[in-house]
Amino acid sequence: MAEHSAPDHRHKPANSAGSLALGNSRPGTGSGSAAAAAGGPPAGGGGLSGGLSQPAGWQSLLSFTILFLAWLAGFSSRLFAVIRFESIIHEFDPWFNYRSTHHLASHGFYEFLNWFDERAWYPLGRIVGGTVYPGLMVTAGLIHWILNMLNITVHIRDVCVFLAPVFSGLTSISTFLLTRELWNQGAGLLAACFIAIVPGYISRSVAGSFDNEGIAIFALQFTYYLWVKSVKTGSVFWTICCCLSYFYMVSAWGGYVFIINLIPLHVFVLLLMQRYSRRVYIAYSTFYIVGLILSMQIPFVGFQPIRTSEHMAAAGVFALLQAYAFLQYLRDRLTKQEFQTLFFLGVSLAAGVVFLSVIYLTYTGYIAPWSGRFYSLWDTGYAKIHIPIIASVSEHQPTTWVSFFFDLHILVCTFPAGLWFCIKNINDERVFVALYAISAVYFAGVMVRLMLTLTPVVCMLSAIAFSNVFEHYLGDDMKRENPPIEDSSDEDDKRNPGNLYDKAGKVRKHVSEQEKTEEGLGPNIKSIVTMLMLMLLMMFAVHCTWVTSNAYSSPSVVLASYNHDGTRNILDDFREAYYWLRQNTDEHARVMSWWDYGYQIAGMANRTTLVDNNTWNNSHIALVGKAMSSNETAAYEIMRSLDVDYVLIIFGGVIGYSGDDINKFLWMVRIAEGEHPKDIRESDYFTPQGEFRVDKAGSPTLLNCLMYKMSYYRFGEMQLDFRTPPGFDRTRNAEIGNKDIKFKHLEEAFTSEHWLVRIYKVKELDNRETLDHKPRVTNVLPKQKYLSKKTAKRKRGYIKNKLILKKGKRPNRKTV
Amino acid sequence: MSGAAAAGGGGSVGSVVRRFLAEYSSGTASRLKVLDAYLLYVLLSGALQFGYCLGVGTFPFNSFLSGFISAVGSFILGVCLRIQINPQNKGDFQGISPERAFADFLFASTILHLVVINFVG
Repeated sequence: MAEHSAPDHRHKPANSAGSLALGNSRPGTGSGSAAAAAGGPPAGGGGLSGGLSQPAGWQSLLSFTILFLAWLAGFSSRLFAVIRFESIIHEFDPWFNYRSTHHLASHGFYEFLNWFDERAWYPLGRIVGGTVYPGLMVTAGLIHWILNMLNITVHIRDVCVFLAPVFSGLTSISTFLLTRELWNQGAGLLAACFIAIVPGYISRSVAGSFDNEGIAIFALQFTYYLWVKSVKTGSVFWTICCCLSYFYMVSAWGGYVFIINLIPLHVFVLLLMQRYSRRVYIAYSTFYIVGLILSMQIPFVGFQPIRTSEHMAAAGVFALLQAYAFLQYLRDRLTKQEFQTLFFLGVSLAAGVVFLSVIYLTYTGYIAPWSGRFYSLWDTGYAKIHIPIIASVSEHQPTTWVSFFFDLHILVCTFPAGLWFCIKNINDERVFVALYAISAVYFAGVMVRLMLTLTPVVCMLSAIAFSNVFEHYLGDDMKRENPPIEDSSDEDDKRNPGNLYDKAGKVRKHVSEQEKTEEGLGPNIKSIVTMLMLMLLMMFAVHCTWVTSNAYSSPSVVLASYNHDGTRNILDDFREAYYWLRQNTDEHARVMSWWDYGYQIAGMANRTTLVDNNTWNNSHIALVGKAMSSNETAAYEIMRSLDVDYVLIIFGGVIGYSGDDINKFLWMVRIAEGEHPKDIRESDYFTPQGEFRVDKAGSPTLLNCLMYKMSYYRFGEMQLDFRTPPGFDRTRNAEIGNKDIKFKHLEEAFTSEHWLVRIYKVKELDNRETLDHKPRVTNVLPKQKYLSKKTAKRKRGYIKNKLILKKGKRPNRKTV
Repeated sequence: MSGAAAAGGGGSVGSVVRRFLAEYSSGTASRLKVLDAYLLYVLLSGALQFGYCLGVGTFPFNSFLSGFISAVGSFILGVCLRIQINPQNKGDFQGISPERAFADFLFASTILHLVVINFVG
């Protein structure tokens, strides 16, 4: 706004009346998310400019209001799913989080830490306490506990559903704080409004998406804020707060590795840029050592921070910083000549020792090499070749350009400008945000999932860009608008030239030529630019709401389809089938399915699963994949050895649901091939032309494998539509190739209303093995009965003197 | 680290070290010297633990780590305190008085040692 932008240094506290009036007019506009976003920059006061108490009071009231509105807008735009469907946990991973939170809430914290879940990964089981990031569950459990302490009885499910939207408000506040540290308050408010509604973040934090990322982004931003704060002040207190926030982040999400690499990178670059200061030393040394031991408190992380290569950069920078600080200390004490003597000796010794020890430790196996997921960050083709299970997850795919625009809209175009502003006026903390931006862009390009880490920095930098533009254009605009207020006293201006600095429109006529040369922009251009910018922001808000409503608010447990007249059909097949499992099967029944559905089966059906979304055991998954892709007999052996009672598959051919198991089938084959290359070969499932087809031209191996048979069992009898032949698969638009499917070892147990979920029961072994073929037919058919060769007469045996009776004749008396 | 540098030996290095020590003993406030003594003690205890681990083994690894990190952490916090209360560095730390620095030191040490106690096992 006018009074804090360019005039910040010229502005005189005395004429704050204008700013008051302008400030007054603002809060009315900030009613919606769009208006809040647009109203952000004007409301951002110039920070410290107000010597008077009143403008500062207005400023903080406005900031508070805008942050509150941002929180509200962020919260309410995440509620689409709850309003359209119901308060339900979404997708896959959240079901596990919900299940373990439920366990935590009902059994207590220690039970949760020691929880051995025998319902997962049958027959291996899973030690849940040691293999999760417990931050999410503990947060939700704590909120639930506090609310119940206050006699507000809330079900734990509702706490879980609404946790992410609530935390999005905290995220926007910490983004505000961080941006304020980096630039100024106006940019901070704008950034808070952006992050509240930007789709890239909403995608992971809609109501019901009870996942680690929802709270982790808050922890990430807050840690960065505290880090910047501690670098700025050099205070141990802020650094310790930063460590505690880092601890929360470690407990919440595996993405903490990003922090523990970015902060050392920041320090390293500061060293390279000759920007070392004692504040940096204090901040980093304390952060590293306290953060190190804090992060090792999480059971899942354990000794990784000193054992794995991902964390070694931090340790290296720590050692480097110690050496550098010591040398700096010496340099202050010694003359240059003396220092040089010591310097070379010290540096060469230290470098040699560090280098040798790292190599030694790596070779002896104390430091584990990079894990597969991290390799795939550097070499994007790595996962596809070596670890199909990582490549198979859709969120591990490289990002497309479309999704950048889709998730960030205008921000993706403006954030380079913000980055440029930061680099132009560089200081210690702006180095940080530049590094953050560059690394996050790289990672977001590699993996769709890491778009999430890019989103906050894009919001901050775009906010800086927008705020800068507004300061420039809107600021002078206000100066232009000011005169009409005093239009009546047009002549007065000539009399008191002291005021003229604030009235560019007038000034241009009368006094300063240098003002004109400085910013030779006419008022028209300024207003046009301002209008354009506001329009962009408005379009951004509209786009955000649209994307949130259409793309990210589907629970994917419940599907909705729309008829021609706009009415809605709810397809509740998943819950129908899981509920069937829950009610109709034995409590300890073991259900085999592809790993995507493991968490849902455990959460909703409460049955034992073989594999689930925590894909830690590749060979077990490969075994399931092998069973799915073998023929029935081979699959039956595998299923017998795994004690499978039921098999659950997802089949979308009836309603045209594309995320079904046949479409995922090639990944099952690939993963199975990785472990059992002799039995499963991917090429067998393609036609000679290299196509994957389910119709008659498909490869016979595919047409007879278990997954195919289970998906299309009795599908050939079903005619969906009069225009299509029976057995027409809507997802793949093909008439299936094998319509006559019979099972020997399985039987259909349940098929949901729209055939989305099909459950098969694995039969017990038969009591007596029936032959599946006729007994062998030999050629030596006995033409006649066996006759003893002792009697030459080829006659039947007879009884001597047997009465020969002829029916209907009197017996011959003579013979008697 | 001073140990590593001094161990280099050599004629000119020896004289440099001697001059440095002389300047140190004359040009450092006594309060800082007390702190340096503490730092030296912590450093030695850390080195002792490390030597023990090299010689005997790291069997209760968490215990070793917590002991060692406790030593390193105390050293770092002590160095931070020393930097902050050193009057020569006044310009770097606006608004951090020696009292504030000491309070921060206590706070940080409390957090550190709470965690260390939790981790010793």
